[in-house]
Amino acid sequence: MTIRATELRVVLSHSTILHDVNMELKPGELLGLIGPNGSGKSTLLRAVLGLEKISSGAVTLRDRVRAEYSRRELAKLIAYLPQDHTVHWPLDVASTVALGREPHLASFQRLRDADLEVVSAAMRQTDTEKFAGRSVRSLSAGERARVLLARAMAVQAPYILADEPTASLDPRHQLAVMELLKQQARQGAGVIVVVHDLLLAAQFCSRIYLLDQGNVVAEGSPETVLDDAHISQVYGVATERIVVGDQSFVIPVALATA
Amino acid sequence: MGLILVLLVLAGLSLLTGFVAIDPFAALSALFSNAAATDTVILREIRLPRTLMGMLAGASLGLSGAALQGLFRNPLADPGIIGISASAGLGAVVAIHFGIGQSFVLAVPLFAMGAAAISTLILFTVALRDTSALTLILVGIGVSSLAVALTSLVMNFSTNPFALNDMVLWLLGSLANRSYTDIILTGPFIAVGMLLILSCGSGLRVLSLGEAVAETMGVNMRSLRARVVLGSSLAVGAGVAVCGTIGFVGLVAPHIVRPFVGSDPARVLWPSALVGAIIVTLADILVRTIPSGHEIKLGVLTSLVGAPFFLLLVVQTRRSMR
Repeated sequence: MTIRATELRVVLSHSTILHDVNMELKPGELLGLIGPNGSGKSTLLRAVLGLEKISSGAVTLRDRVRAEYSRRELAKLIAYLPQDHTVHWPLDVASTVALGREPHLASFQRLRDADLEVVSAAMRQTDTEKFAGRSVRSLSAGERARVLLARAMAVQAPYILADEPTASLDPRHQLAVMELLKQQARQGAGVIVVVHDLLLAAQFCSRIYLLDQGNVVAEGSPETVLDDAHISQVYGVATERIVVGDQSFVIPVALATA
Repeated sequence: MGLILVLLVLAGLSLLTGFVAIDPFAALSALFSNAAATDTVILREIRLPRTLMGMLAGASLGLSGAALQGLFRNPLADPGIIGISASAGLGAVVAIHFGIGQSFVLAVPLFAMGAAAISTLILFTVALRDTSALTLILVGIGVSSLAVALTSLVMNFSTNPFALNDMVLWLLGSLANRSYTDIILTGPFIAVGMLLILSCGSGLRVLSLGEAVAETMGVNMRSLRARVVLGSSLAVGAGVAVCGTIGFVGLVAPHIVRPFVGSDPARVLWPSALVGAIIVTLADILVRTIPSGHEIKLGVLTSLVGAPFFLLLVVQTRRSMR
């Protein structure tokens, strides 16, 4: 019941973006992908989704290679929330969230009552019900981010791959979104989240992959991956630790001096 | 439903419009009687095919416009953007230039459809390869420009003033003197094209979230692009082949529809077809009733009215596209 990327290599316009990366996502875990800009986090997600061509290696879902699944099966298995939050038409919020039900509908089939229930539950959870009738384009970036998260949740897929879902959100909604994803994981979904905020990663993720220049440099629990040596080396920053309650977190405080 | 009613009323009006005045009741009996009266001949052999052809061409333009706007996620797309109209025009002009149209009546529409088919093939090949929508637009613009250039070249070389006049008139677009043969010739292509487009509804809807999300939601983007391009080319190519170039209908129809049905690209499809048919039927009534020495050409009228209307829409959509 696992998504597994084995020795995954992705080459885009002659430069290798991912160097034989191994990754595993189990049901019930909230997996954090962290690393500097351009370290291959998004590409790894896109490769797992089949959006990037894989040069070598394989992606397997539940011990079957990706290619053995039909598009529709995959659409019901993995929900994807990309970094780009563009909605190309001024659709109202409820219809946007309802797009998440499309993989479950036959051609020309209308939304059933059960679908509508899923849609309103997703809007309730993301605190977006109050915009239901408004155009997505009239919303603020943060509001739109939550609507699109609701869309991804409405798929009710056993796996959710979210690319920086907390970017452009205020602290309260960042916590709310991470809490929601954590809750999805508790209910049995396997969730991957790309985050830049090390505090959020430490607080919420059950396991973390630290990527740098297309390689996994560290993998494991937040305590093992988010240590001063890893962070200062990968990001080129000086770090300090802050203690909140009984937990200690690494935070970047200055650029590393050469 | 309302749109269908409007279309039927306009179609009725269109049957009553023309050089010979026929009152509605006489028209009704003439339409369904078998007598070889003048009215019957005028209605059945001249006005009915003209009206039907106009509705078909208008519907194909409106539907293709809606589908292309959905595919390119751009409210400015229209069938002209993929170069089909321009290519059909080139085919027609070539047929007129070499005088083939005189020896064989169907040569002009057949050449126009052939030329549209060639550019369709080019675009279809591009759409099938895994390229972006942007590449498709650029290739469309390239094909369109080449077709326009070649059309100008043919007209440049045309020494026969009558042929030149025919070319210009054809390019201006008209429904005058359309026969059942035209409908039989183009009908199947228009029908297949429209069906192909109508099969794209849910794909276009999901595409509102961008190509990456659409792919992960089970939409085969390559197939979607190919179906929209092939469908629009077949429908518009066939329509343009017998009616000449009718501008602005494909661009404007979806914009008229959106305030009523919303922006969901799937829900815009059918109503756009109906509105396209309504616009062309209405325009064709107007060209026959506006008192002018010459009958104004249909394509001239649609562009003349369409362009200012479009400008108005641009100003309004700037607000409503939020």
